[in-house]
Amino acid sequence: MYQLAEGLRLSTNWLDYSILAIYFVVVLGIGFAARRSVKTSLDFFLSGRSLPAWVTGLAFVAANLGATEILGMAANGAQYGAYTVHWYWIGAIPAMVFLGLVMMPFYYGSKVRSVPEFLLHRFGPSSHLLSSLIFAVSSVLIAGVNLYAMAIVLEALLGWPQWVAIVVAGFFVLGYITLGGLSSAIYNEVLQFFVILAALIPLTIVGLKRVGGWDGLTDSLTGKGGAQGSHGSQGENFLSAWDGTGIGEANALGANWLTIVLGLGFVLSFGYWTTNFAEVQRALSAKNLSAAKRTPLIAAFPKILIPMVVIVPGLIALVMEPTLGKEGSGLQYNDAIPVLMRDLLPNGVLGIAVTGLLAAFMAGMAANVSSFNTVFTNDIWAAYVKKDRADAYYLATGRWVTAVGVILGMGTAFIASSFSNIMNYLQTLFSFFNVPLFCVFIIGMFWKRSTGPAGFWGLLSGTLAAMLNYFWLYKQHVIDIPSDQGANFVSAIVAFVVGAVVMLVVTLVTKPKPVEQLAGLVYGTKSPGLEEAPAEGDDAWYRKPALLGWGAVVLAALCYIPFSL
Amino acid sequence: MSDYQHEVKELERTSATAARLFDVRRIIGGLFVVYGVIVTIAGLTASDADLKKAEGININLWTGLGMLALGLFFLGWL
Repeated sequence: MYQLAEGLRLSTNWLDYSILAIYFVVVLGIGFAARRSVKTSLDFFLSGRSLPAWVTGLAFVAANLGATEILGMAANGAQYGAYTVHWYWIGAIPAMVFLGLVMMPFYYGSKVRSVPEFLLHRFGPSSHLLSSLIFAVSSVLIAGVNLYAMAIVLEALLGWPQWVAIVVAGFFVLGYITLGGLSSAIYNEVLQFFVILAALIPLTIVGLKRVGGWDGLTDSLTGKGGAQGSHGSQGENFLSAWDGTGIGEANALGANWLTIVLGLGFVLSFGYWTTNFAEVQRALSAKNLSAAKRTPLIAAFPKILIPMVVIVPGLIALVMEPTLGKEGSGLQYNDAIPVLMRDLLPNGVLGIAVTGLLAAFMAGMAANVSSFNTVFTNDIWAAYVKKDRADAYYLATGRWVTAVGVILGMGTAFIASSFSNIMNYLQTLFSFFNVPLFCVFIIGMFWKRSTGPAGFWGLLSGTLAAMLNYFWLYKQHVIDIPSDQGANFVSAIVAFVVGAVVMLVVTLVTKPKPVEQLAGLVYGTKSPGLEEAPAEGDDAWYRKPALLGWGAVVLAALCYIPFSL
Repeated sequence: MSDYQHEVKELERTSATAARLFDVRRIIGGLFVVYGVIVTIAGLTASDADLKKAEGININLWTGLGMLALGLFFLGWL
């Protein structure tokens, strides 16, 4: 997957390494400084539900802005062109707004500490345990995949042996989360957000100058806007978001507008953004309901603009190295950003870029680890193994679980370095878990009759259906889908439909929970005694969730215009 | 209110985060001022090779000044 080529070695010097060293010191410093704020398990797992919205909002977007995401989306930009914007404007923004405006009152208002815990109160222990176990296992494995990806990138760019990168990054993450808990993870994510922008913005500016600005870039790729009769290297649809996506038309993405809108824009994206606890946890640590609602909404605005510094460098790399991703060139699409770093950045900014990349890898892993320790401690250990101990016991357990999680992740990374194909399958596999989870959540929140067994069987059948579709119907060529991406979108739709149908059927033959036990968990009910008075200043117009949310949706729609004409 | 909600409410009451957690703006501000100074100096002393690599833009100087400004903004916002 992330096989980086030889010859990507950067000409780093003492200046770049000093910048990197300063960052490592600050990362650990945050851990030590946050340590004294951890008194209860709630402080460790959810920052005592006390952080301001701008901090949780930036952490929300940064938890998703891991380095695998950055390198991967630049790679998609080089491979699929402007289709990549779908992952942002339709594949993220509507779901983030939905989370903030519609789902957050249930999550935050019901005082649950994790996404699986919501399932416990809404549906009961069977679906709770199933989703907690799946989440715990997948978080550790994804953290390992992330570490492994980092080791490969650092080996190519800096010449570090893989094990050095895995051990160094693993122990720094372990250190700062064990010390400061979620506060430490979130603060590092906010810092990472700014460092990664400080790396990507100069890269994009210099890159655009190199290829003759946006016009030069368009001309080289599509032949439009240049001299009469000039031909671009990628065909004229390359910078259009929708051209070529008619049903039955062939395109590089292997998907049509329907699977893009339903598969990516609805089920996959809603599954990821609204039920992935690594994301939702950031919002649950906000200081009140208004701040929790604003968390994903504040995150939506940077998310809309990130393609400018991620996809555009991917396109620039394709112009600078036209053989990128072609067989025999030795360069893969994933090398897009490393190529630009190598060719365009002088020492100094280069150090910032290396630091930003490393920070993004560590923060991506930290998001997995900090959500893993919460779910494992609260939803597995405290719920089923050692119940009703003192709070200090669970705080100590949380610290141990963090260490165990990181070490398991490091082990996974070492295994991945010998079986990299297995890791590809694992990632695909885990992408299927969120979709049935979303299906169960949305039905459970809006249909108060839906029953506990329905939640469990909906979750299980949806997950199995997605796997069956992907690994049997698609991989064994029973049905014909042109690409892995296209198959992903279709599998997600299948998972959602099967999960929903199974829930409907099981609900009709089982007994619902009494309505009074569902207060605050389903639409149209409120938990008694949990209403909060609005905080001072939250009625300012720029803090109104509805305005922020609809503003983000409109802005994302407007962004499509230049790529649709 | 159910049991777990009482428990969370109790934990919120004894939580130390709100009172004891430092402000992240200090850290962002401090780090960006330090980085800004380092990178600006690298820009002021840039070699011809550095300039040529970055297409004639003194990218260290501009990035450094930008980071310095952001760092000062965060420190000033406190």
